[in-house]
Amino acid sequence: MLEHLLSLMVKATFVENMALAFFLGMCSFLAVSKKVDTAIGLGAAVIFVLGITCPINYLMYAYLLQEGAMAWIHPAMAEVDLSFLTFLSFIGSIAAMTQIVEMALDRYAPNLYNALGVFLPLIAVNCAILGAALFLVERSYGLAESTVFGLGSGVGWAMAIVALAAIRERMKYSNVPAGLRGLGITFVLTGLMAIGFMAFAGIQL
Amino acid sequence: MVKRDSKILLDPIFENNPIGVQVLGICSALAVTTKLETALVMSVALTAVTAFSNVSVSLIRNQIPPSIRIIVQLTIIASLVIVTDQILRAFVFDVAKQLSVFVGLIITNCIVMGRAEGFAMQNPPKESFIDGLGNGAGYSVVLLGVAAVRELFGSGSLFGFTLLTPVTQGGWYTPNGLMLLAPGAFFIIAMGIWALRTWKPHLVEAE
Repeated sequence: MLEHLLSLMVKATFVENMALAFFLGMCSFLAVSKKVDTAIGLGAAVIFVLGITCPINYLMYAYLLQEGAMAWIHPAMAEVDLSFLTFLSFIGSIAAMTQIVEMALDRYAPNLYNALGVFLPLIAVNCAILGAALFLVERSYGLAESTVFGLGSGVGWAMAIVALAAIRERMKYSNVPAGLRGLGITFVLTGLMAIGFMAFAGIQL
Repeated sequence: MVKRDSKILLDPIFENNPIGVQVLGICSALAVTTKLETALVMSVALTAVTAFSNVSVSLIRNQIPPSIRIIVQLTIIASLVIVTDQILRAFVFDVAKQLSVFVGLIITNCIVMGRAEGFAMQNPPKESFIDGLGNGAGYSVVLLGVAAVRELFGSGSLFGFTLLTPVTQGGWYTPNGLMLLAPGAFFIIAMGIWALRTWKPHLVEAE
């Protein structure tokens, strides 16, 4: 069991990296990767929110939305199938969770809150978070698997954005053709990083 | 009046392209473009969602309290995406299966949110609808362009019809595997942006 989870973690972090293999969370990935400091802040916030929302979304899907999921309330409700509400409830829970996390951090961990502050609200519309929730439904993960998958994807995404930010800081010293400057060269860099990450393909523990 | 409408419609296609200039909605632009068919379905779905979410947001724009506007917009968009998803499953099930989670991800596609927040909140429904169509078209142009290049060079076909017969089927063309992989999409978009900015130099970013 533990080996299986460890293997899933490695898979989610490296082999199926959210940013570089599935292109998820690209908007903030490209927009907030100009400086390493801010990239670390956003990365940490994403790990945090993914680690919390993945298990919650799993519980919500397994006990409320899935076909027959509500049988635990009353046998008569076993036929209810609310799976068409999946998108709406996931985005709602993600938006609510980011809000709660923001308030909780503000109250109990002001230092962390100040470090993450600006990025927390941005995360509600980061497709990596919703993407992870939809992937875990599609691949029918269990509770432990969902948690590990969420954390692993978060770590992978954070790693990718910090690496990209570090490269972009160095790019200042390079003479980039005018039309490629800024956005264009960032795409090329991300493409090269994606090739690098393809070296992890097939790794299993 | 007509002139203004056509400007709203045509501006986002090249001058203010959502992907190439505003850097919005890139996730799906990269992920669904290995084939023209999926790219076409995705473009239509996104254009429809953007146009109708713009109209809905614009209709109730004076009633939405500013502090909860994001969640209201998200709810409208999510409901529209659910409808789109059900329609796709009913009529083009195979393509819907290939698009997998990316139909759902239209919800967090920054183009839809960005236009709802940036345009529909300040403008009447008709202009908002046209703006939604225009931005959807700008997105579709990039998506279809990238998909055409990737499918043609990656598998030698367009819309599934073989144009360049690959070696494996007794032809002459050796498919370029890189095009079908993730990095290929990044390079093609980078080239597209480069071309767009060479054509319209005022879009070049300052150093």
